[in-house]
Amino acid sequence: MLARSPHAALRRLFDEVGTVDAVGIEERVAKYGTRSIKKAAKLWGLKLAASMVDLTTLEGKDTPGKVASLCQKALCPHDPELGVPQVAAVCVYPSMVKHARKALGSDTAVRIASVATAFPSGQAPLRTRLAEVKAAVGDGADEIDMVINRGAFLSGEFGVMQDEIRAVVEACGDATLKVILEVSELETYDNIRAASFLAMRVIREGDFIKTSTGKTSLNATLGNNQVMIEAIRDFYLDTGVSIAMKPAGGIRTAKQALTFLVAIKETLGDAWLNNARYRFGASALLNDLIRQMQKEKTGAYQAPYYFSEATESY
Amino acid sequence: MPTLPAKKTSARLSRPAPELIFGDLWEFDPAPETADPKLKARYDLFINGQFVAPKSGKYFDSINPANEQKLAEIAQASAADVDAAYLAAKAAYDQVWGKLPGRERAKYLFRIARLLQDRAREFAVAETLDGGKPIKESRDFDVPMAAAHFFYHAGWADKLDYVAPGRRVAPLGVVGQVIPWNFPLLMLAWKLAPALAMGNTVVLKPAETTSITCLKLAEILQDAGLPPGVVNFVTGAGDVGAAVMNHPIPAKIAFTGSTEVGKIIMRSLAGTDKKMTLELGGKAANIVFDDAPLNQAVEGIVNGIFFNQGHVCCAGSRLLVHEPVAEQVLTKLKNRIKVLRVGDPLDKNTDIGAINSKEQLGKIASLVASGVKEGAELFQPACRLPTKGFYFRPTIFSGVSMSHRIAREEIFGPVLSILTFRTVDEAIEKANNTAYGLSAGVWTDKGSRILKMSTELKAGVVWANTYNKFDPTSPFGGYKESGFGREGGRQGLLDYCKLV
Amino acid sequence: MARLPITKTPKVYVGGAFIRSESARVFPLKDVEGNFFANIPQCTRKDLRNAVEAAAKAGPGWAKRTAYNRGQIIYRLGEMIEARAGEMAEALVLGGASKAGAVREVAATVDRLIYYAGWTDKYEQVLGNVNPVAAPYFNFTVTEPMGIVGVLAPEEAPLLALVSLFAPAITSGNSVVALASTSQPYPAILLGEMLATSDLPGGVVNLLTGFRKEMLPTFATHLHLRALVGVAQVDERKVLAIGAADSMKRLHLLKAEEPMDWFSDAAQSLYAVRDTLEFKTTWHPIGA
Repeated sequence: MLARSPHAALRRLFDEVGTVDAVGIEERVAKYGTRSIKKAAKLWGLKLAASMVDLTTLEGKDTPGKVASLCQKALCPHDPELGVPQVAAVCVYPSMVKHARKALGSDTAVRIASVATAFPSGQAPLRTRLAEVKAAVGDGADEIDMVINRGAFLSGEFGVMQDEIRAVVEACGDATLKVILEVSELETYDNIRAASFLAMRVIREGDFIKTSTGKTSLNATLGNNQVMIEAIRDFYLDTGVSIAMKPAGGIRTAKQALTFLVAIKETLGDAWLNNARYRFGASALLNDLIRQMQKEKTGAYQAPYYFSEATESY
Repeated sequence: MPTLPAKKTSARLSRPAPELIFGDLWEFDPAPETADPKLKARYDLFINGQFVAPKSGKYFDSINPANEQKLAEIAQASAADVDAAYLAAKAAYDQVWGKLPGRERAKYLFRIARLLQDRAREFAVAETLDGGKPIKESRDFDVPMAAAHFFYHAGWADKLDYVAPGRRVAPLGVVGQVIPWNFPLLMLAWKLAPALAMGNTVVLKPAETTSITCLKLAEILQDAGLPPGVVNFVTGAGDVGAAVMNHPIPAKIAFTGSTEVGKIIMRSLAGTDKKMTLELGGKAANIVFDDAPLNQAVEGIVNGIFFNQGHVCCAGSRLLVHEPVAEQVLTKLKNRIKVLRVGDPLDKNTDIGAINSKEQLGKIASLVASGVKEGAELFQPACRLPTKGFYFRPTIFSGVSMSHRIAREEIFGPVLSILTFRTVDEAIEKANNTAYGLSAGVWTDKGSRILKMSTELKAGVVWANTYNKFDPTSPFGGYKESGFGREGGRQGLLDYCKLV
Repeated sequence: MARLPITKTPKVYVGGAFIRSESARVFPLKDVEGNFFANIPQCTRKDLRNAVEAAAKAGPGWAKRTAYNRGQIIYRLGEMIEARAGEMAEALVLGGASKAGAVREVAATVDRLIYYAGWTDKYEQVLGNVNPVAAPYFNFTVTEPMGIVGVLAPEEAPLLALVSLFAPAITSGNSVVALASTSQPYPAILLGEMLATSDLPGGVVNLLTGFRKEMLPTFATHLHLRALVGVAQVDERKVLAIGAADSMKRLHLLKAEEPMDWFSDAAQSLYAVRDTLEFKTTWHPIGA
């Protein structure tokens, strides 16, 4: 039937939330790259970015030991004299949550985020995906990073997609939810904007929308970040509900992180420049932030291997 | 296409409208560009390949509009200097340039492009100091685009057989050119490159408030080994410009500036055989339909009117917005301009620099005052302006109609007038309801509508889902009182040659 | 005792790298007096196959560059050759040219590149157009590069002819696999070094040396070569035409028996660019 065709549903959704001109987005974000952030402003930005990191390990070969050392890095990123703030959260697989809780203890500002819902593909029965969420929360996760049902979205089954998110919200209880859109699979900016609205309409103030799992070849870019934060802004101005944002994967350098922060500053404004409203899903980024902070302090360019948990040895 | 009505929840009705905070939580530190512009204390005229003192011995000051400080002294040309320049240009044409094969002429132009690319940063700083535009723009737009114009036109010099199908072309001989202050180096490139590629020699006068990058380019012409007399620069104000336009030698003149002066030139050249091209003022309509990607349209509106402080002949100074989305667009525009940074043009983070002169600032202020007086609603972001220098905040007027002065007269500043429309035909009528016809913008998701608008709009340049895009390959010029002739592209070449 | 110089090992420029033939075969190159100069890679059909792969990989990116960017890069190739004009002239003298003739050939080669560099952002304006169809449609014709182009250089003018044949192809965004002159391969060896320093992405131009008889059948039949330009004998043209039929290759071959004056203006033209272009016409309604 015409009304049920996925194409018609998508077109109606686009008419409602608006479409995106890709060339226009790329032009807008190119301007962020021309901002010159120096001195005190740079240091402020670096510290803010560090406090926004969801320090992540999501590998098949993760072990309690790996997670413990990640947590130690989260609590104490560098020599305290440099003043690097603690990260916002650690991000791990559900089976690692209890090990993270053990390593962090219960009296810490560093949160535990767990991926769940058959991350990264989401291709499992709903009941097992929800059970995973509950298990992670039960083990001590403060936040859940879920993946949306991309198949449902792309075939126009928006109701299914939203119902699943609602169910996860319920399973989270008090835990904060981050909804991963998986931008590489949605492909177009139009789809990313539409999916953002669908998600935002069924989550709570303070929950997040997130770009990607980091497990495909295309992750967070300034372009898709811009599409999503414009959606957040438009949704906020329309409803008064503040949704948070997390770009994940592909942000490796401090320079990139600062550019993403400029995007926030100029699109969402001051109220989103904190780690309740913005996170970076990253691992190598933290050391580059610390490295730049050290360079600001001493004036000398730093080698990577001076920083704990660095992987480069050349 | 009508949009669905906005959802109203009871929560929304009882709360105040949500607002975004664009404050000073994360203030940027000053980020001045430090490259040396290598300015001389005094710039002489450039005639016959040499810098020569003006016959009167007089000089005038060029100041930096950002802080009103003197930058350099510029030679004050007189009629006698203009005459000397034209004689040099004629001799160079007759003896050297007119006889040079196109492929050799090309090589000079390629050299100029490359040398300008080498010294790009130095020229960008000089351009910003002399004219007031942000360093970000001179660095990322003006200078690279000027080099590109030389590079593009260089390649035509030996391909003239392809310029006019069915006819051969020949140079006109000597041409006289007068350029404005809004894009000094770029306008110089737009004028010189096609003229030289087609085999002409040139006498050119830059604007009196922005002569410096022109005379710096003379250094590059020397480094490139351009034969003496092929290009000559005379500096000064309106009287020198008139001398350049009215001198008997040039076969053609080219002028970019105000419509008012364009008409004066036409009158004074009446009865002569001189060819002319004029690139004059505009009052472009930037038309936004309700199915446009609105966030990008807002970006395009902002680019259209605040780029280069609005000192752009093709600026999208009238926003024609489809009624269903007028309120939304206005809210988005206000939020967008709150993060525009007005200030020191040499700061790499500045978006809107200094107004070019005290005179221009006065004109803008006066027209803005008329807008307020005539009842339009004004919005400006609260931002601190430097205490010295000439600055104006980005300004939006809503509730404007075609009878308002601010909808009819070219302001040439960072001032946007917003009008609404209900139907496609009404948009076209309002857009064309002006003596100008330089450019227009159309924002819609529907391809066939873009093509219809492009067909119906009386404008020499139509930008669809973008604005203020320029390229050496793309012809630029206006309809009606925005002037005649085209610059750039294949169409632009024909204005610099004759068909034989 | 006089210092013994280090001799250069000639390698061919394929995929942006300098390689020997996969067969490891070489043939000796002698100077005009018959003295040994160097061993030149004797490329095989497999080398040709690998070069086509490299051209396939590099082609899409090259075609997507702006016309301005391609123009600047081809201009820079001219800069690189001009800067080493003396060395290149010596390579031509090695093959039997007079000193004056060699200098003339190098200068003409540079000028030819500058000529084509100037076409990149213009040919579209001359060859493409808007068509005034008798219905409310905007109808426009644009050009598109064909893809991978095979180039067969003649025996004479080993630098000028080779460049005159591949430059118009890369102007529009094609990538090229070229076979250098069999008897005078050394200028192509040096040209590879200049290509490598010109900012041209590796794989856009690939130069092979070796024996035409061995390579020609594969040039004729390789399905991924979309066009062949060059100079060929009458029997070679027949072979190439038969092979081309299987893949509908576009053939633009000059007759070896009617030698081209590579120095004349007839050897450079917009229509050489046109030879390796497709034409695409698009319709779109005009209406509200």
